[in-house]
Amino acid sequence: MNLEILGISVLWLFLFGYVIIASIDFGAGFFNAYSVLTGRQHVLTHIIQRYLSPVWEITNVFLVFFFVGMVGFFPKTAFYYGTTLLVPASIGIILLAIRGSYYAFESYGSRGHKGYSFMYGIAGLLIPASLSVVLTISEGGFVTITNGQPVLDYWRLFTSPLTWSIVVLAIAAVLYISAVFLTWYADKAKDVEATRVLRKYALIWAVPLAITVVGIMVELKNHNPEHYGRMVDLWYVFAISALMFFITVWFIWKRRNYGIALALLIGQFAFAFYAYGVSHYPYLLYPHLTLYDSFTNEAMALSLVIAFIAGLCLLIPSLYLVLKLFLFDKEYVRGKENGHV
Amino acid sequence: MDGGNSVFYSRVLTELTLSFHIIYATIGVGVPLMIMIAQWIGIKKNDEHYILLARRLARGFVITVAVGVVTGTAIGLQLSLLWPNFMELAGNVIALPLFMETFAFFFEAIFLGIYLYTWDRFENQRKHMLLLIPVAIGASMSAVFITIVNAFMNAPQGFDVVNGELVNIKPILAMLNPAMPTKVGHVLVTAYMTSAFVLASIAAFRMLKGSKHVYHKKSLFLFMKLGLIFSIASLIIGDFSAKYLVKYQPEKLAAAEWHFETSKGAPLVLFGVTDGEEVKYAIKVPYALSILAHSNLNAEVTGLNEFPKDEVPPLYIHYLFDTMVIIGSFMIVFSAIYVFGKIKGWTFITSRWFRRVIVAGGPLSIIALEAGWWLAEVGRQPWILYKYMKVADAATSSEHVDIMLMLFCILYLILGVGSIVVLRRMFRNNPIEQEIADRQAEKGGDLR
Repeated sequence: MNLEILGISVLWLFLFGYVIIASIDFGAGFFNAYSVLTGRQHVLTHIIQRYLSPVWEITNVFLVFFFVGMVGFFPKTAFYYGTTLLVPASIGIILLAIRGSYYAFESYGSRGHKGYSFMYGIAGLLIPASLSVVLTISEGGFVTITNGQPVLDYWRLFTSPLTWSIVVLAIAAVLYISAVFLTWYADKAKDVEATRVLRKYALIWAVPLAITVVGIMVELKNHNPEHYGRMVDLWYVFAISALMFFITVWFIWKRRNYGIALALLIGQFAFAFYAYGVSHYPYLLYPHLTLYDSFTNEAMALSLVIAFIAGLCLLIPSLYLVLKLFLFDKEYVRGKENGHV
Repeated sequence: MDGGNSVFYSRVLTELTLSFHIIYATIGVGVPLMIMIAQWIGIKKNDEHYILLARRLARGFVITVAVGVVTGTAIGLQLSLLWPNFMELAGNVIALPLFMETFAFFFEAIFLGIYLYTWDRFENQRKHMLLLIPVAIGASMSAVFITIVNAFMNAPQGFDVVNGELVNIKPILAMLNPAMPTKVGHVLVTAYMTSAFVLASIAAFRMLKGSKHVYHKKSLFLFMKLGLIFSIASLIIGDFSAKYLVKYQPEKLAAAEWHFETSKGAPLVLFGVTDGEEVKYAIKVPYALSILAHSNLNAEVTGLNEFPKDEVPPLYIHYLFDTMVIIGSFMIVFSAIYVFGKIKGWTFITSRWFRRVIVAGGPLSIIALEAGWWLAEVGRQPWILYKYMKVADAATSSEHVDIMLMLFCILYLILGVGSIVVLRRMFRNNPIEQEIADRQAEKGGDLR
């Protein structure tokens, strides 16, 4: 394995981490806002706040890690994606900013403020939409090189069915992942009422998720046949992913094995995410930029890898500590103790 | 390709984001240390007031951290969005500290989450305090690494340019550039200084508003002492920074001091106005610039006229230099009088006018901080990568920067107002008297 592949695999892992954690976060924000607006916050807010409060800041770091690592390992992506993504990424940043700070304002400053919870609920749904545009752009056909500078064709981007399918997929995935996770978490907390509501959400959002995935495959066949062909080559990985999806839904339908359902959900997305990433190889931005012509020099790559390993030695035990203290601590989950500052 | 407007708006947007971010970031670097010191003293002296101080600080800190994190994410992405050509070039050499900064940030985020949610969970307060050490280290280290990136922009090294290509890249050497020690040192101590004075200012404000509680007195004295120590440290490292500039970036110091002709025994210019080379209404301190630059009365200081006209930074940075130095010096003298007066038992330091000045000290320190950063950044114009890349060649070619600028203006307005409203409400609705009463009731309840 060469350093290019190692670099992108690590970054892809962090992006995956972000997708899962942020989905739980965004979806939870939306469910929370929804329950506040419909006057039923007593059912969900407690369970959501308990999970989110200690981890909201960590979520953001995964994203920062991804884009800093991207520019570090592949500096040319700054040139291509930096120029073209100014508008969608800026909107994403603004939404993230509103969301992150309003979450803190709501949960630490003025509890139960409807405006704040509404803001962070809505922002949470729009963020995946604005960020998933990157996936569309990476498929090629939206960026032209004019006078040596990449230019994004907004009209083509916004009229492409591929764009909107990916947006819908992102939103459906966010709500589905979040609902499955929170069903498990609520069940662990022995909160029957919250489990019932969240289980319902999980089943509802599984449907659009399945439909858009199929839709995207059809559109990709027309848009980027090369990528589509590589995805077909990897059909068995996608099949494993689909199988995991059905078992997850089955368990949730049958109201049992929520823990295994959650593990399968993560497996489902991991397989699909990695198969998608592998099939995109070797392009970072089709057809302008490949993994190889954008890679940084050897000295930097080596020092980044060393820094990365050293960093992980710090992070993994710390993350384990967080999980042990909050996610897997029965007392904490059930709400016997709060101990907030 | 005409990137003229994009260059201008990119500069404005970057300046806006950074100017807003550094207020929260500085508090984010300094306050964890203050919380740690407060909690440590509380444990040492077995004084509940200091523990409560740590707890209340941590509570307010969450709000500033939230805004700091989101604006930090904004500037992190904006570097690539607004300056793609620069990041493409610099990414090859300086990605390492950027990468390490995210680790420091990660580390801090994890332990802050734990710290905030484990109050009352440990029997022993010492154990709980241990959680703060990684928070404070993470906060300071992320400042260290990001300042290294900035130092690299001022003094790039660790690579060779052969036929327009970067070769022989040495990431560690790029990090250990000559601007690094003074920059990092000055950023850290001024962050501690600003945080201390801001917190002192809050305590003084509560006392002016009529609270007689001993908690505020303890808090005020503690932060004035810390502020004094860190402001003296800022002065010393600031002096080193000037000596660094003489050696590596003489045009920045010359522009900041309106020193046009190379001369020996150069005077230091304070205040004044200028229009071209005509300096009016200024106070000139003879020989002071030579002393500042070389620690020698008669040393020769290079003047601005020695540099090509298109490589000279704007002359208005002199005002920024004055602002920073005057406020810094004032805060040293002022906090020294307070601390000395407190020990000697002088009564005027408890007077209302004196407290009003303490209240002003927090905002003044923030102004000095902004002025210092503007000085440092505008002072290396027209370069983005000193002697290698000009700002005009680094900006994005996108035509939408002006609209984004407006959107971010609105965002920062919302965040600024929101954070102030929430912080005020948080402490106004739960003053210290109330919290102490609540805690006593809680403990009493346990005993029964």
